[in-house]
Amino acid sequence: MQSMMAFVTGLLFGVGLILSGMSDPSKVIGFLDVAGLWNPSLAFVMGGAVLVGFLAFQLAAKRPKALLGDVMRIPTATRIDRRLVLGGLTFGVGWGLAGYCPGPALVSLASGGSKPWLFAVAMVAGMALFEILERVPGARERRVA
Amino acid sequence: MTIDWANFTPGSSLAGGVLIGVATAMLLLFNGRLAGISGIVGGLLRPAKGDVGWRIAFVLGLVLAPAAFGLVAPLPAVRVDADGAVLVIAGLLVGVGTRYGSGCTSGHGVCGLSGGSPRSLVATAAFMLAGFATVFVVRHVVG
Repeated sequence: MQSMMAFVTGLLFGVGLILSGMSDPSKVIGFLDVAGLWNPSLAFVMGGAVLVGFLAFQLAAKRPKALLGDVMRIPTATRIDRRLVLGGLTFGVGWGLAGYCPGPALVSLASGGSKPWLFAVAMVAGMALFEILERVPGARERRVA
Repeated sequence: MTIDWANFTPGSSLAGGVLIGVATAMLLLFNGRLAGISGIVGGLLRPAKGDVGWRIAFVLGLVLAPAAFGLVAPLPAVRVDADGAVLVIAGLLVGVGTRYGSGCTSGHGVCGLSGGSPRSLVATAAFMLAGFATVFVVRHVVG
């Protein structure tokens, strides 16, 4: 049941990405190009999503458990550290170079030729590299320091 | 600043955003999970018992979304300007960066901001600024 619901939400999320224009890299770069011919459309994506999301988080905060019975897994971390900022900056550079972030890249695999595959395979390789670096002895200690 | 009115689509972008919000709300309220794509995919690389199926199902839903969309309307045209080498470098940066920073556009940008997380606000500001700066350099300094 959990997987069925996850599949439906993934499908809906993907349809939303396509409809919104997020899965078109040229549109994403048009949004990020504030000094050129700027396309502000994608600000509306964030606006619409956060509007609905805000209500959902209000509801979720009142519930100890999700509707299908699992515990609510809402992150509680509050630490603003170097990892968070440097990670965000690194992601932003990649996003600006290609115009893809993770969701749109996956949504484009079935219909977008070889380019989204190049990006997505490299992205998963980058994630795997992170996992390897995290397992190097001492990585956690350095992280706290 | 010049606005690109020819490609300005506030209606479909807002509607798409609402759908993303509804999907995020459903995954949160039914499954108790955050619809953060980099987190969902990254979690598959450190598989834990009972924690794999829903991730694969969600990713499968994302991948099949164009087929669902195509049943209702023709898929919008997309354009990728970056060449192969740039796409690979960008993919690596996005993969490493989203995992170090614990989230991407969906996890921090949608979920985190919806939940009022100061961490996500900082992360979102960081990736937006880096995105603006990168496009500025590529389009107006190097280009």
